[in-house]
Amino acid sequence: MPQEPPVSAICSHKPLAVFAQLYYNEGRDRTTGGIPLYDLLILGSGPAGLAAAIAGRSRNLKVLVVSNPPSASPLAKAERIDNYPGLPGVTGAELLDKLQSHADALGAEFLTGKALSALDMGRNWCLTVGQDVAEGHSLIVTSGVTPVQHIPGEERLLGRGVSYCAVCDGMLYRKRSVVVIGRSSDAPQEAAWLSSIGCQVTYVAAKRPEGLPEDIPFVRAGRLEIEGADRVEAVLADGARLPCEGVFLLRSAVAPGDLLPGLAFRDGYIAVDRSGRTNLPRVYAAGDCTGKPFQIAKAVGEGQVAALTAAEDAEASILER
Amino acid sequence: MANLIHFTQETLDAALAQKGLVLVDFWATWCGPCRMLAPVIEELAEDYDGKVTVGKVDIDEEMDLATRYGIMSIPTVMLFENGEEVDKLVGVRPKDSFTELIDAALA
Repeated sequence: MPQEPPVSAICSHKPLAVFAQLYYNEGRDRTTGGIPLYDLLILGSGPAGLAAAIAGRSRNLKVLVVSNPPSASPLAKAERIDNYPGLPGVTGAELLDKLQSHADALGAEFLTGKALSALDMGRNWCLTVGQDVAEGHSLIVTSGVTPVQHIPGEERLLGRGVSYCAVCDGMLYRKRSVVVIGRSSDAPQEAAWLSSIGCQVTYVAAKRPEGLPEDIPFVRAGRLEIEGADRVEAVLADGARLPCEGVFLLRSAVAPGDLLPGLAFRDGYIAVDRSGRTNLPRVYAAGDCTGKPFQIAKAVGEGQVAALTAAEDAEASILER
Repeated sequence: MANLIHFTQETLDAALAQKGLVLVDFWATWCGPCRMLAPVIEELAEDYDGKVTVGKVDIDEEMDLATRYGIMSIPTVMLFENGEEVDKLVGVRPKDSFTELIDAALA
Protein backbone atom coordinates (compact mmCIF):
# COMPACT_ATOMS: atom_id res chain seq x y z
CA MET A 1 0.00 0.00 0.00
CA PRO A 2 1.37 3.45 -0.83
CA GLN A 3 2.58 5.37 2.14
CA GLU A 4 1.03 8.64 3.10
CA PRO A 5 3.23 11.53 2.04
CA PRO A 6 5.74 12.37 4.76
CA VAL A 7 4.40 14.91 7.19
CA SER A 8 7.22 17.24 6.22
CA ALA A 9 5.85 17.32 2.68
CA ILE A 10 2.52 18.69 3.71
CA CYS A 11 2.66 20.65 6.89
CA SER A 12 6.16 21.69 7.77
CA HIS A 13 5.86 25.25 6.57
CA LYS A 14 5.19 28.17 8.74
CA PRO A 15 3.79 30.99 6.64
CA LEU A 16 6.29 33.77 6.25
CA ALA A 17 4.79 36.27 3.94
CA VAL A 18 2.23 38.81 4.82
CA PHE A 19 -0.66 37.45 2.74
CA ALA A 20 -0.27 33.85 3.78
CA GLN A 21 0.05 34.99 7.37
CA LEU A 22 -3.15 36.96 7.06
CA TYR A 23 -5.11 33.97 5.81
CA TYR A 24 -3.89 31.85 8.69
CA ASN A 25 -4.75 34.59 11.14
CA GLU A 26 -8.31 34.53 9.91
CA GLY A 27 -8.62 31.23 11.71
CA ARG A 28 -9.59 29.11 8.75
CA ASP A 29 -10.73 25.72 9.84
CA ARG A 30 -8.70 22.96 8.28
CA THR A 31 -9.98 19.86 9.92
CA THR A 32 -8.29 17.73 7.29
CA GLY A 33 -5.14 19.47 8.41
CA GLY A 34 -1.83 20.51 7.09
CA ILE A 35 -2.31 21.87 3.58
CA PRO A 36 0.55 24.31 3.16
CA LEU A 37 -0.47 27.80 2.15
CA TYR A 38 1.43 30.04 -0.27
CA ASP A 39 0.94 33.43 -1.79
CA LEU A 40 2.12 32.26 -5.18
CA LEU A 41 1.96 28.85 -6.81
CA ILE A 42 4.06 28.67 -9.96
CA LEU A 43 3.61 25.87 -12.47
CA GLY A 44 6.82 25.20 -14.33
CA SER A 45 10.49 25.81 -13.60
CA GLY A 46 11.69 27.15 -16.91
CA PRO A 47 12.94 30.73 -17.29
CA ALA A 48 9.45 32.25 -16.91
CA GLY A 49 8.61 30.26 -13.79
CA LEU A 50 11.94 30.88 -12.11
CA ALA A 51 11.89 34.59 -12.98
CA ALA A 52 8.40 34.74 -11.46
CA ALA A 53 9.70 32.98 -8.35
CA ILE A 54 12.56 35.48 -8.03
CA ALA A 55 10.24 38.44 -8.49
CA GLY A 56 7.72 36.94 -6.06
CA ARG A 57 10.35 36.45 -3.37
CA SER A 58 11.62 39.99 -3.98
CA ARG A 59 8.13 41.10 -2.96
CA ASN A 60 8.33 38.83 0.09
CA LEU A 61 5.69 36.47 -1.22
CA LYS A 62 5.72 32.86 -0.07
CA VAL A 63 6.42 31.00 -3.29
CA LEU A 64 6.12 27.37 -4.36
CA VAL A 65 7.42 26.25 -7.75
CA VAL A 66 5.83 23.02 -8.99
CA SER A 67 7.52 21.27 -11.89
CA ASN A 68 8.97 18.17 -13.42
CA PRO A 69 12.66 17.55 -12.68
CA PRO A 70 14.82 20.28 -14.31
CA SER A 71 16.46 17.63 -16.50
CA ALA A 72 13.08 17.10 -18.22
CA SER A 73 13.05 20.69 -19.52
CA PRO A 74 13.74 21.01 -23.26
CA LEU A 75 15.94 24.01 -22.43
CA ALA A 76 18.25 21.74 -20.38
CA LYS A 77 19.30 20.14 -23.66
CA ALA A 78 20.28 23.42 -25.38
CA GLU A 79 24.02 23.27 -25.98
CA ARG A 80 24.58 26.94 -26.59
CA ILE A 81 22.46 30.05 -26.18
CA ASP A 82 23.77 33.16 -27.87
CA ASN A 83 20.90 35.59 -27.63
CA TYR A 84 20.25 35.86 -23.93
CA PRO A 85 21.44 39.32 -22.99
CA GLY A 86 24.63 39.39 -20.97
CA LEU A 87 25.35 35.66 -20.99
CA PRO A 88 26.54 34.80 -24.52
CA GLY A 89 27.41 31.14 -25.04
CA VAL A 90 25.69 29.90 -21.88
CA THR A 91 24.26 26.38 -22.06
CA GLY A 92 20.62 25.72 -21.29
CA ALA A 93 21.52 23.62 -18.27
CA GLU A 94 23.81 26.36 -16.89
CA LEU A 95 21.18 29.03 -17.32
CA LEU A 96 18.48 26.93 -15.64
CA ASP A 97 20.89 26.11 -12.82
CA LYS A 98 21.70 29.80 -12.28
CA LEU A 99 18.03 30.78 -12.27
CA GLN A 100 17.11 27.96 -9.92
CA SER A 101 19.99 28.74 -7.53
CA HIS A 102 18.92 32.38 -7.52
CA ALA A 103 15.30 31.55 -6.70
CA ASP A 104 16.41 29.01 -4.12
CA ALA A 105 18.77 31.46 -2.42
CA LEU A 106 15.91 33.95 -2.14
CA GLY A 107 13.76 31.37 -0.37
CA ALA A 108 11.49 29.99 -3.06
CA GLU A 109 10.31 26.45 -2.33
CA PHE A 110 10.23 23.65 -4.89
CA LEU A 111 8.02 20.63 -5.34
CA THR A 112 8.83 18.07 -8.03
CA GLY A 113 5.83 16.42 -9.62
CA LYS A 114 2.94 16.79 -12.00
CA ALA A 115 0.11 19.17 -11.22
CA LEU A 116 -2.96 17.00 -11.66
CA SER A 117 -5.85 19.22 -10.74
CA ALA A 118 -6.59 22.75 -9.66
CA LEU A 119 -9.60 24.07 -7.80
CA ASP A 120 -10.61 27.65 -7.13
CA MET A 121 -11.57 27.67 -3.45
CA GLY A 122 -12.94 31.21 -3.74
CA ARG A 123 -10.06 33.05 -2.16
CA ASN A 124 -7.24 30.65 -3.01
CA TRP A 125 -6.31 28.06 -5.58
CA CYS A 126 -5.74 24.53 -4.45
CA LEU A 127 -3.40 22.36 -6.46
CA THR A 128 -2.76 18.64 -6.28
CA VAL A 129 0.69 17.44 -7.23
CA GLY A 130 0.77 13.65 -7.19
CA GLN A 131 -0.17 12.84 -3.61
CA ASP A 132 0.66 16.31 -2.33
CA VAL A 133 -1.65 19.28 -2.06
CA ALA A 134 -0.73 22.95 -1.91
CA GLU A 135 -2.87 26.04 -1.62
CA GLY A 136 -1.99 29.49 -2.88
CA HIS A 137 -3.64 32.83 -3.39
CA SER A 138 -2.44 33.19 -6.98
CA LEU A 139 -1.37 30.78 -9.67
CA ILE A 140 1.14 31.54 -12.41
CA VAL A 141 1.17 29.10 -15.32
CA THR A 142 4.54 28.85 -17.04
CA SER A 143 4.12 25.41 -18.52
CA GLY A 144 5.92 26.04 -21.79
CA VAL A 145 4.61 24.64 -25.02
CA THR A 146 2.93 21.36 -24.23
CA PRO A 147 1.01 20.15 -27.24
CA VAL A 148 -1.48 17.61 -25.97
CA GLN A 149 -3.63 15.75 -28.38
CA HIS A 150 -6.38 13.85 -26.66
CA ILE A 151 -6.71 10.19 -27.53
CA PRO A 152 -10.15 9.23 -28.87
CA GLY A 153 -12.23 8.08 -25.89
CA GLU A 154 -9.98 9.76 -23.33
CA GLU A 155 -12.19 12.64 -22.28
CA ARG A 156 -15.39 10.60 -22.33
CA LEU A 157 -13.94 7.86 -20.12
CA LEU A 158 -11.87 10.02 -17.77
CA GLY A 159 -12.71 8.83 -14.26
CA ARG A 160 -14.42 5.80 -15.76
CA GLY A 161 -11.26 3.80 -16.11
CA VAL A 162 -9.02 6.50 -17.59
CA SER A 163 -6.66 8.08 -15.08
CA TYR A 164 -3.77 10.53 -15.33
CA CYS A 165 -2.21 9.45 -12.03
CA ALA A 166 -0.91 6.00 -11.14
CA VAL A 167 -0.30 6.74 -7.46
CA CYS A 168 -3.76 8.30 -7.10
CA ASP A 169 -5.87 5.55 -8.62
CA GLY A 170 -3.58 2.53 -8.85
CA MET A 171 -4.95 0.93 -5.69
CA LEU A 172 -8.39 0.71 -7.27
CA TYR A 173 -6.99 -1.56 -10.00
CA ARG A 174 -5.16 -4.18 -7.95
CA LYS A 175 -5.49 -7.62 -9.56
CA ARG A 176 -6.98 -6.02 -12.66
CA SER A 177 -5.53 -5.54 -16.12
CA VAL A 178 -4.46 -2.02 -16.98
CA VAL A 179 -2.75 -0.37 -19.93
CA VAL A 180 -0.14 2.28 -19.26
CA ILE A 181 0.21 4.72 -22.12
CA GLY A 182 3.68 6.05 -21.45
CA ARG A 183 4.34 9.58 -22.64
CA SER A 184 6.57 10.90 -19.86
CA SER A 185 10.06 10.06 -18.68
CA ASP A 186 8.81 8.71 -15.34
CA ALA A 187 6.06 6.54 -16.86
CA PRO A 188 8.18 3.32 -16.68
CA GLN A 189 8.63 3.83 -12.91
CA GLU A 190 4.91 4.40 -12.48
CA ALA A 191 4.20 1.24 -14.52
CA ALA A 192 6.63 -0.69 -12.29
CA TRP A 193 4.85 0.63 -9.21
CA LEU A 194 1.45 -0.42 -10.57
CA SER A 195 2.87 -3.86 -11.25
CA SER A 196 4.32 -4.04 -7.72
CA ILE A 197 0.91 -3.47 -6.11
CA GLY A 198 -0.64 -6.25 -8.18
CA CYS A 199 -1.95 -4.61 -11.34
CA GLN A 200 -1.55 -6.62 -14.55
CA VAL A 201 0.23 -3.99 -16.61
CA THR A 202 0.73 -3.70 -20.36
CA TYR A 203 2.89 -0.76 -21.42
CA VAL A 204 2.11 0.96 -24.72
CA ALA A 205 4.37 3.54 -26.35
CA ALA A 206 5.89 4.49 -29.67
CA LYS A 207 9.18 2.90 -28.55
CA ARG A 208 10.30 0.84 -25.59
CA PRO A 209 11.50 3.22 -22.90
CA GLU A 210 14.62 2.78 -20.80
CA GLY A 211 13.89 1.54 -17.32
CA LEU A 212 10.79 -0.50 -18.16
CA PRO A 213 11.04 -3.77 -16.21
CA GLU A 214 11.49 -6.83 -18.43
CA ASP A 215 8.47 -8.59 -16.94
CA ILE A 216 6.04 -5.86 -18.05
CA PRO A 217 4.64 -6.66 -21.51
CA PHE A 218 5.41 -3.91 -24.02
CA VAL A 219 3.34 -3.06 -27.10
CA ARG A 220 4.72 -0.69 -29.70
CA ALA A 221 1.98 1.48 -31.16
CA GLY A 222 1.41 5.01 -32.39
CA ARG A 223 -2.30 5.21 -33.15
CA LEU A 224 -4.40 4.72 -30.03
CA GLU A 225 -8.05 4.68 -29.09
CA ILE A 226 -9.78 3.91 -25.82
CA GLU A 227 -12.90 1.76 -26.10
CA GLY A 228 -15.81 1.33 -23.74
CA ALA A 229 -19.46 2.28 -23.36
CA ASP A 230 -19.63 3.66 -19.83
CA ARG A 231 -16.31 2.32 -18.59
CA VAL A 232 -12.99 1.35 -20.13
CA GLU A 233 -13.07 -2.00 -21.89
CA ALA A 234 -9.99 -1.97 -24.13
CA VAL A 235 -7.28 0.03 -25.82
CA LEU A 236 -6.91 -0.18 -29.56
CA ALA A 237 -3.20 0.03 -30.30
CA ASP A 238 -2.59 0.36 -34.04
CA GLY A 239 -5.75 -1.69 -34.47
CA ALA A 240 -4.79 -4.44 -32.00
CA ARG A 241 -7.34 -4.78 -29.18
CA LEU A 242 -5.88 -4.86 -25.66
CA PRO A 243 -8.71 -5.66 -23.22
CA CYS A 244 -8.30 -3.83 -19.90
CA GLU A 245 -10.25 -2.25 -17.07
CA GLY A 246 -8.04 0.77 -16.57
CA VAL A 247 -5.90 3.08 -18.69
CA PHE A 248 -3.18 5.18 -17.10
CA LEU A 249 -2.37 7.97 -19.50
CA LEU A 250 0.93 9.34 -18.24
CA ARG A 251 2.04 12.54 -19.92
CA SER A 252 4.74 14.92 -18.77
CA ALA A 253 2.10 17.48 -17.83
CA VAL A 254 -1.63 17.96 -17.72
CA ALA A 255 -2.43 20.57 -20.37
CA PRO A 256 -3.36 23.98 -18.90
CA GLY A 257 -6.81 23.83 -20.50
CA ASP A 258 -7.52 20.50 -18.77
CA LEU A 259 -6.07 21.68 -15.47
CA LEU A 260 -8.01 24.94 -15.50
CA PRO A 261 -11.40 24.49 -17.16
CA GLY A 262 -12.60 27.77 -18.67
CA LEU A 263 -9.10 29.12 -19.29
CA ALA A 264 -9.19 31.25 -22.45
CA PHE A 265 -6.81 30.66 -25.35
CA ARG A 266 -5.86 32.77 -28.33
CA ASP A 267 -4.43 31.04 -31.41
CA GLY A 268 -3.71 27.97 -29.31
CA TYR A 269 -1.86 29.82 -26.54
CA ILE A 270 -3.07 31.04 -23.15
CA ALA A 271 -4.62 34.48 -23.64
CA VAL A 272 -3.07 37.10 -21.35
CA ASP A 273 -3.05 40.86 -21.12
CA ARG A 274 0.16 42.87 -20.89
CA SER A 275 0.25 42.30 -17.15
CA GLY A 276 0.08 38.54 -17.48
CA ARG A 277 -3.51 38.19 -16.30
CA THR A 278 -5.62 35.42 -17.81
CA ASN A 279 -9.42 35.41 -17.89
CA LEU A 280 -9.54 33.40 -14.63
CA PRO A 281 -9.37 35.09 -11.24
CA ARG A 282 -5.89 35.10 -9.67
CA VAL A 283 -4.46 33.09 -12.56
CA TYR A 284 -1.58 34.50 -14.58
CA ALA A 285 0.54 33.05 -17.37
CA ALA A 286 4.00 33.75 -18.73
CA GLY A 287 6.56 32.40 -21.18
CA ASP A 288 6.13 30.13 -24.18
CA CYS A 289 2.63 29.03 -23.11
CA THR A 290 1.39 32.55 -23.91
CA GLY A 291 2.71 32.40 -27.48
CA LYS A 292 5.55 33.46 -29.71
CA PRO A 293 8.32 34.51 -29.78
CA PHE A 294 9.69 31.47 -27.94
CA GLN A 295 12.63 33.36 -26.49
CA ILE A 296 14.18 33.08 -23.04
CA ALA A 297 14.42 36.84 -22.54
CA LYS A 298 10.74 37.24 -23.34
CA ALA A 299 9.87 34.42 -20.92
CA VAL A 300 11.95 35.95 -18.13
CA GLY A 301 10.34 39.35 -18.63
CA GLU A 302 6.83 37.93 -18.68
CA GLY A 303 7.49 35.81 -15.60
CA GLN A 304 8.62 38.84 -13.68
CA VAL A 305 5.67 40.94 -14.82
CA ALA A 306 3.17 38.18 -13.94
CA ALA A 307 4.58 37.82 -10.41
CA LEU A 308 4.54 41.57 -9.81
CA THR A 309 0.97 41.77 -11.10
CA ALA A 310 -0.04 38.89 -8.84
CA ALA A 311 1.53 40.70 -5.88
CA GLU A 312 -0.27 43.94 -6.70
CA ASP A 313 -3.62 42.19 -7.18
CA ALA A 314 -3.24 40.30 -3.91
CA GLU A 315 -2.39 43.49 -2.07
CA ALA A 316 -5.40 45.25 -3.58
CA SER A 317 -7.73 42.40 -2.65
CA ILE A 318 -6.54 42.50 0.94
CA LEU A 319 -7.01 46.26 1.15
CA GLU A 320 -10.55 45.87 -0.20
CA ARG A 321 -11.53 43.59 2.67
CA MET B 1 -17.44 18.53 12.13
CA ALA B 2 -20.39 16.87 13.80
CA ASN B 3 -22.49 16.82 10.63
CA LEU B 4 -20.04 14.78 8.61
CA ILE B 5 -20.35 11.01 8.97
CA HIS B 6 -17.49 8.57 8.42
CA PHE B 7 -19.44 5.68 6.93
CA THR B 8 -18.81 2.00 7.34
CA GLN B 9 -20.68 -0.52 5.23
CA GLU B 10 -23.14 -0.94 8.07
CA THR B 11 -23.81 2.74 8.69
CA LEU B 12 -24.03 3.56 4.99
CA ASP B 13 -26.52 0.76 4.43
CA ALA B 14 -28.54 2.09 7.36
CA ALA B 15 -28.46 5.64 5.95
CA LEU B 16 -29.50 4.43 2.50
CA ALA B 17 -32.40 2.48 4.01
CA GLN B 18 -33.89 5.80 5.16
CA LYS B 19 -35.83 8.17 2.92
CA GLY B 20 -34.01 11.30 1.80
CA LEU B 21 -30.72 12.38 0.26
CA VAL B 22 -27.32 10.95 1.11
CA LEU B 23 -24.10 12.40 -0.32
CA VAL B 24 -21.05 10.14 -0.10
CA ASP B 25 -17.45 11.12 -0.78
CA PHE B 26 -15.25 8.11 -1.58
CA TRP B 27 -11.68 8.99 -0.61
CA ALA B 28 -8.39 7.69 0.77
CA THR B 29 -5.77 9.12 3.07
CA TRP B 30 -3.03 8.88 0.41
CA CYS B 31 -5.06 10.71 -2.26
CA GLY B 32 -4.00 14.35 -2.72
CA PRO B 33 -7.06 15.43 -4.71
CA CYS B 34 -9.27 13.92 -1.98
CA ARG B 35 -7.62 16.12 0.63
CA MET B 36 -8.25 19.09 -1.63
CA LEU B 37 -11.94 18.22 -1.86
CA ALA B 38 -12.33 17.55 1.87
CA PRO B 39 -13.09 21.15 2.93
CA VAL B 40 -15.76 21.37 0.22
CA ILE B 41 -17.46 18.23 1.52
CA GLU B 42 -17.25 19.57 5.07
CA GLU B 43 -18.91 22.80 3.97
CA LEU B 44 -21.68 20.85 2.25
CA ALA B 45 -22.28 18.88 5.45
CA GLU B 46 -22.68 22.14 7.30
CA ASP B 47 -24.74 23.95 4.64
CA TYR B 48 -27.21 21.10 4.21
CA ASP B 49 -27.39 20.08 7.86
CA GLY B 50 -30.80 18.52 8.48
CA LYS B 51 -31.58 18.28 4.76
CA VAL B 52 -28.93 15.93 3.38
CA THR B 53 -26.89 13.24 5.11
CA VAL B 54 -23.29 13.91 4.10
CA GLY B 55 -20.51 11.44 4.74
CA LYS B 56 -17.26 9.91 3.59
CA VAL B 57 -16.07 6.41 2.84
CA ASP B 58 -12.37 5.64 3.25
CA ILE B 59 -11.91 3.10 0.46
CA ASP B 60 -8.94 1.48 2.20
CA GLU B 61 -11.17 0.70 5.16
CA GLU B 62 -14.24 -0.15 3.08
CA MET B 63 -12.96 -1.64 -0.17
CA ASP B 64 -16.17 -3.67 -0.57
CA LEU B 65 -18.19 -0.45 -0.77
CA ALA B 66 -15.83 0.92 -3.44
CA THR B 67 -16.28 -2.28 -5.43
CA ARG B 68 -20.05 -2.31 -4.92
CA TYR B 69 -20.39 1.19 -6.34
CA GLY B 70 -17.82 0.72 -9.11
CA ILE B 71 -15.46 3.43 -7.85
CA MET B 72 -12.69 3.69 -10.46
CA SER B 73 -11.08 6.94 -9.52
CA ILE B 74 -11.03 8.99 -6.35
CA PRO B 75 -12.36 11.32 -5.23
CA THR B 76 -15.79 10.20 -6.41
CA VAL B 77 -18.88 11.75 -4.89
CA MET B 78 -22.20 9.93 -5.15
CA LEU B 79 -25.65 11.29 -4.42
CA PHE B 80 -28.42 8.89 -3.40
CA GLU B 81 -32.12 9.58 -3.02
CA ASN B 82 -34.20 7.09 -1.07
CA GLY B 83 -31.35 4.62 -1.41
CA GLU B 84 -31.10 4.94 -5.21
CA GLU B 85 -28.13 6.46 -7.02
CA VAL B 86 -29.00 9.87 -8.48
CA ASP B 87 -25.59 10.84 -9.83
CA LYS B 88 -21.88 10.23 -9.53
CA LEU B 89 -19.31 13.03 -9.88
CA VAL B 90 -15.72 11.99 -10.44
CA GLY B 91 -12.71 14.13 -9.60
CA VAL B 92 -12.14 17.43 -7.86
CA ARG B 93 -14.87 19.91 -8.68
CA PRO B 94 -15.95 23.29 -7.40
CA LYS B 95 -18.57 23.41 -4.67
CA ASP B 96 -21.19 24.68 -7.16
CA SER B 97 -21.18 21.34 -9.00
CA PHE B 98 -22.36 19.62 -5.84
CA THR B 99 -24.82 22.28 -4.70
CA GLU B 100 -26.47 22.27 -8.14
CA LEU B 101 -26.89 18.52 -7.95
CA ILE B 102 -28.24 18.59 -4.40
CA ASP B 103 -30.53 21.57 -5.01
CA ALA B 104 -32.01 19.89 -8.08
CA ALA B 105 -32.70 16.77 -6.04
CA LEU B 106 -34.19 18.80 -3.19
CA ALA B 107 -36.43 20.81 -5.51
